Amino acid sequence: MSDQTRTPRKTSGRSEAGTRARSVSAPETPTDDGERLIDFYRQMIFIRRFEERAARGYTQALIGGYCHLNLGEEAAVVGLMAAMSPTDYLFTNYREHGYAITRGIDANRVMAELYGRVDGVSKGWGGSMHMFDITHRLLGGYGIVGGQIPLATGAALAIDYRGGDEIVMCTMGDGTTNVGAFHESLNIAALWNLPIVYVIINNQLGMGTTVEKSSAEPELYKRGSAYRIASERVNGLDPLAVADAATRAVDSARVGKPFLLEVVTERLRGHSVVDPAKYRSAEEVAGLKAHDPVHTLAERLLSEGLLDADALAKLDEEATARSDEAAAFAEASAFPDVSTLFDYTYATPVPNDSRRLPGQPLFEPAPMPESEASE
Amino acid sequence: MTVMTFRQALHDTLRAEMLRDENVFLMGEEIGVFEGSYKITAGLLAEFGEKRVRDTPIAEEGFTGAAIGAAMLGLRPVVEIMTINFTLLALDQIVNHAAKIYGMFGGQATVPLVIRTPGGGGQQLGATHSQNIELYYAFVPGLKVVAPSTPADAKALLLAAIRDDDPVLFLENLALYNTKGEVPDDDTPGEIGKAAVTREGSDITLIGYSRMAHVASQVAEQLAQSDGLDIEVVDLRSLRPLDRETIIASVKKTHAAVVLEDDWLTYGIGAEVAASISDGAFDYLDAPVRRVAMAEVPLPYSKSLESAALPSVDDVIQAVYQTLDAVGNRRERIGKES
Repeated sequence: MSDQTRTPRKTSGRSEAGTRARSVSAPETPTDDGERLIDFYRQMIFIRRFEERAARGYTQALIGGYCHLNLGEEAAVVGLMAAMSPTDYLFTNYREHGYAITRGIDANRVMAELYGRVDGVSKGWGGSMHMFDITHRLLGGYGIVGGQIPLATGAALAIDYRGGDEIVMCTMGDGTTNVGAFHESLNIAALWNLPIVYVIINNQLGMGTTVEKSSAEPELYKRGSAYRIASERVNGLDPLAVADAATRAVDSARVGKPFLLEVVTERLRGHSVVDPAKYRSAEEVAGLKAHDPVHTLAERLLSEGLLDADALAKLDEEATARSDEAAAFAEASAFPDVSTLFDYTYATPVPNDSRRLPGQPLFEPAPMPESEASE
Repeated sequence: MTVMTFRQALHDTLRAEMLRDENVFLMGEEIGVFEGSYKITAGLLAEFGEKRVRDTPIAEEGFTGAAIGAAMLGLRPVVEIMTINFTLLALDQIVNHAAKIYGMFGGQATVPLVIRTPGGGGQQLGATHSQNIELYYAFVPGLKVVAPSTPADAKALLLAAIRDDDPVLFLENLALYNTKGEVPDDDTPGEIGKAAVTREGSDITLIGYSRMAHVASQVAEQLAQSDGLDIEVVDLRSLRPLDRETIIASVKKTHAAVVLEDDWLTYGIGAEVAASISDGAFDYLDAPVRRVAMAEVPLPYSKSLESAALPSVDDVIQAVYQTLDAVGNRRERIGKES
């Protein structure tokens, strides 16, 4: 379904197309589809239970702010992450907990970030929307819709500048394809042949607004054609299909051909934890349950004889236990000390940087100058 | 020391930093083939090539954001935004991203980015091309904002900005590009966050930055000749952080201040300076702090209207006289010498 392909026009020091493609090996994944499916299920049920545990933490008022969950998007998340190498960079939006744990970041630290604790991935400074881990090359969850797209494009520029072999994957929601940053970034990536995959997670709703109501071209992958960027749409409820499509996209990016991948998925619940999603019909909700990617995959594993009910239940229990453990870790972790409030304003110390708390004066009260006081 | 223009100082410093550090590269509209709208980057494309002098599409949000992303991976981009008016197109990337990334992720990524951009009215460019909106950026913790007024400070602060690990907005001014001054030959970076007393005096303090620091010096010189006044001039140089200590020390000495700014008065940088003086030198003041700022209108095209709206040397002189009158009145009333 690729719209366009083109020969990259070299502008800088990247090695020749093709030769750089294979120098970073793909992560070790089982080649057999059965084993891959089992592995995907293990990751998907973990995202499911982790997110449910996060929702519980939110209703317990242990998690604050906004909290957007990957429920319904599990197949999309694990399929995409399977296509990336450990050295590749990931930029995502604010619905990113599942990406963080699938990328290999310690779930305890992801949950601790939700709880606003010092052991959180962003030390409690980011919260649900702003997960970051330099070791696992998750370069941010971002809360501003589309804000991550120019940044990810610039990261790809840095890779290209240095002649590196990594790629950048930049995920976004369907509504994001209408912001200017999306179009400016795709244009730049195509002009400069940057090693980047833009991924639209099309869960068919931008908060409560449908794709059809917000996007004049609702087949979102087609928007790549305006920039001569190859693009593809894939069923985001099937992890194998997502992984295969993402691998094609990543391979393209690695030879300097940016790619736009649309992953059509679903959002099982509201926009965030507090959204009851009353704009959805009962019929629609029933459909969501029928298509639930975690249940669908479980049924497939059973029907193909890859796992029996006990094995499935065991994976589920493990995921639940791991999520509970993460929540316990988070709750036991300390809140950041107030003395650290001014630690992260500037990386390079600077004179006259303000370290004033709200109730403190700019200057300590001083006595009247003597010349005046004596009068 | 070499005498050169502000423009030459910027050009030579960019070139020297690109030669020193291969991670330093330039991005912006028309900076390469066209050699820059104001020719700061003249000759650099020919010398360094397309990889390091990147002409961008007209997409301020896209290319500024890309520079931030490249900086997160350790490059040191210097972005030229053609005028500060166009930075509004990149506001989300500058304010919500460049300024936040270090703090929001708990110090895991730095953004060693410089955004060079000129402001300035008086060129008959009309309402959308004549603004001085550095205030918008000086408001934001996480950003550093510098506004040099001399070629020497332009060099020193540009060196500091490029070598700094934080995003720095480097404010230039159209009216200053052709001004000349002595520039040290060595590459010692200046200190961001420090103002300078550029002329010592005891009668009154004039406070300004960028073009208005020049106007302040001009007024001080003129009134020294005509009235024998001894005026102190503070050049802020850095708008964030703001060097309140230097301002307060000067006002404690002179007991009076006039703040000069090229932007609108209400909520402006002068308001912040005046409030700081109230906080730090209230008991030392012999007159209210006076602000001289642009008329609060979208700047018109026609020369007669434009000139009337922008603060001039004469406007500042009037404010100095009126403030000194107020000082005299007060001192007379309380029987104080000076």
